[in-house]
Amino acid sequence: MNKKNKKLALTGGAAAAEALKQIEIDVMPIYPITPQTTIIETYAGFEANGEVDTEIIKVESEHSAMSAAIGASAAGVRTATATSSQGLALMHEVLYIASGFRLPIMILVSARALASPINIHGDHSDVMGCRDSGWIQLFCENGQEVYDKTIIGMKLAEKVKLPIMVIMDGFNTSHSVENLEILETKVVQEFVGEFEAVSPLLDTENPVTYGAVALQNSYFEFRIDQEEAMKNAEEEYEKIAKDFEKISGRKYDIFEEYPASSAGKKTEDVEKIMVLTGSAAGTAKVVVDKLREAGEKVGILKINLFRPFPHQEIAESLKNAKEIIVLDRAQSIGTYPPFYSEIINSLYGNGRDAKFCVSTGREIKSYIYGLGGRDIFQKQIEDVFMGKIKSKYIQ
Amino acid sequence: MKNHKDIFEVIFFARGGQGAKTTAEILAQAGTYENKFVQAFPSFGPERSGAPTKTYLRISDHEIRTHEPVVDPDLVVVLDDTLLDSQEVAFNLDKDEFLIINTKMAEHEVREKLIQRGGKFEGKIHPIDASGISLSIIGQPRPNTVILGKFVQVSGMVKLESVLEEFRLIFEKKIGKENCDKNIQAIEKAYDSI
Repeated sequence: MNKKNKKLALTGGAAAAEALKQIEIDVMPIYPITPQTTIIETYAGFEANGEVDTEIIKVESEHSAMSAAIGASAAGVRTATATSSQGLALMHEVLYIASGFRLPIMILVSARALASPINIHGDHSDVMGCRDSGWIQLFCENGQEVYDKTIIGMKLAEKVKLPIMVIMDGFNTSHSVENLEILETKVVQEFVGEFEAVSPLLDTENPVTYGAVALQNSYFEFRIDQEEAMKNAEEEYEKIAKDFEKISGRKYDIFEEYPASSAGKKTEDVEKIMVLTGSAAGTAKVVVDKLREAGEKVGILKINLFRPFPHQEIAESLKNAKEIIVLDRAQSIGTYPPFYSEIINSLYGNGRDAKFCVSTGREIKSYIYGLGGRDIFQKQIEDVFMGKIKSKYIQ
Repeated sequence: MKNHKDIFEVIFFARGGQGAKTTAEILAQAGTYENKFVQAFPSFGPERSGAPTKTYLRISDHEIRTHEPVVDPDLVVVLDDTLLDSQEVAFNLDKDEFLIINTKMAEHEVREKLIQRGGKFEGKIHPIDASGISLSIIGQPRPNTVILGKFVQVSGMVKLESVLEEFRLIFEKKIGKENCDKNIQAIEKAYDSI
């Protein structure tokens, strides 16, 4: 482990900018108006002070920001941007182009609510809106995770040639000052490595076409390839996260069990497991500590990697739970919320090992919390664990 | 302290534009210099100049995991005494806990006002004319700067040197050495005030 770690107090947004600075981004196309975040504000400061050699392209909309990112990445350089809320929604059309082109673009998303009514506060609706767009989605609990997963995420995207969203809770994480340790720049750069573009557009010796038509005879196969690449991303994530643990001492599995398994052995006594992600997971950990002290056999499963979704591993982790409680910070209007659907799919989905599909007497509860920046308190999480909230909404 | 035993929790009541967020962030940085764990975040809402705001600060010797807003403060700082008319500033503040308030009022006047709004309040009140000190030393109303000194004096959670170091780091370039020195003089005066 690197002994020269530096402890800082930064907002989640500044933590992301710090990681991007160390990684060295070549091109950052940005739409600098609301709902933008401190990420690009901080990064633009680095650029103005000559601390980074990044070309920042200011464009007239998020749709243009993603289009410019696609152009830059296809041309052959390391590319990142940041957005949230309506901005991410406006990028939606071109997100599919980025993933279809297999370009390792990174978006730092401060996940926020979508209008209408107008609200730009913390919420997962924006990122859930693009969960089928072929982007890797990696969630963060706090500023430290934002910093670390920006570094892990960049390496992962470039390894599997898929774009990635590193997701922090809007405001709760992006605008909150917390402690974090950063690595030395040269350690980060050695870890992520030099960017090597595959079939760049500007390699005129080896001309290629991006954006060609693929009709009935081949489109289908392109889409299957994308699915395979995404599946592969899970294994690559695990490898990269392991290597990251070696340089940082910080461990990020595809999901986190709390209390942590000791020496590879799962905490067997956990009967009630709460599945959630983001900043609320930190709050829930405090509740778990308190309830376990009082003899309650409770625990948490925190989602880190949401796309690709690790169904099988999650089913394995949840197999002995007597009660599963799933907390979503987004709706899927007209059906069950996103995490809940994935958990049900993990446990009962088509093609899963039959042993996980036994439903005898097991409860799987769904709750929605925190929409539009509504705060969630420890007391509410405790009440959910103790079955005191009857509504499906934690209001 | 009741809610999180190992964490010192603070709420700043202010008005948009009074710089409570900066105050909380300076204290968070100062805590970090002393190897403490910190958290500082505003109550997120529409930021309108003059509207009431809440900002939260946590300082601890242990890792801080919770992200809920502070509900049970150990210390409350009020940057504008007109907030006493509209905000429950002493909510959940017990008799061994503190209230620092920027005001020209005397302690018993503040207490009477608090009692009028929220019933019995037995905590310790530290009134300080931070705006007055600021006007006389800095020449501008900067109560959020002055209150840093009082915070250190009352809470003992961070050292004055750490606060001044951070203040100088942020502001010396921005406002010039002379102005920065005046601010620091004002912080020290608040730290020494009774």
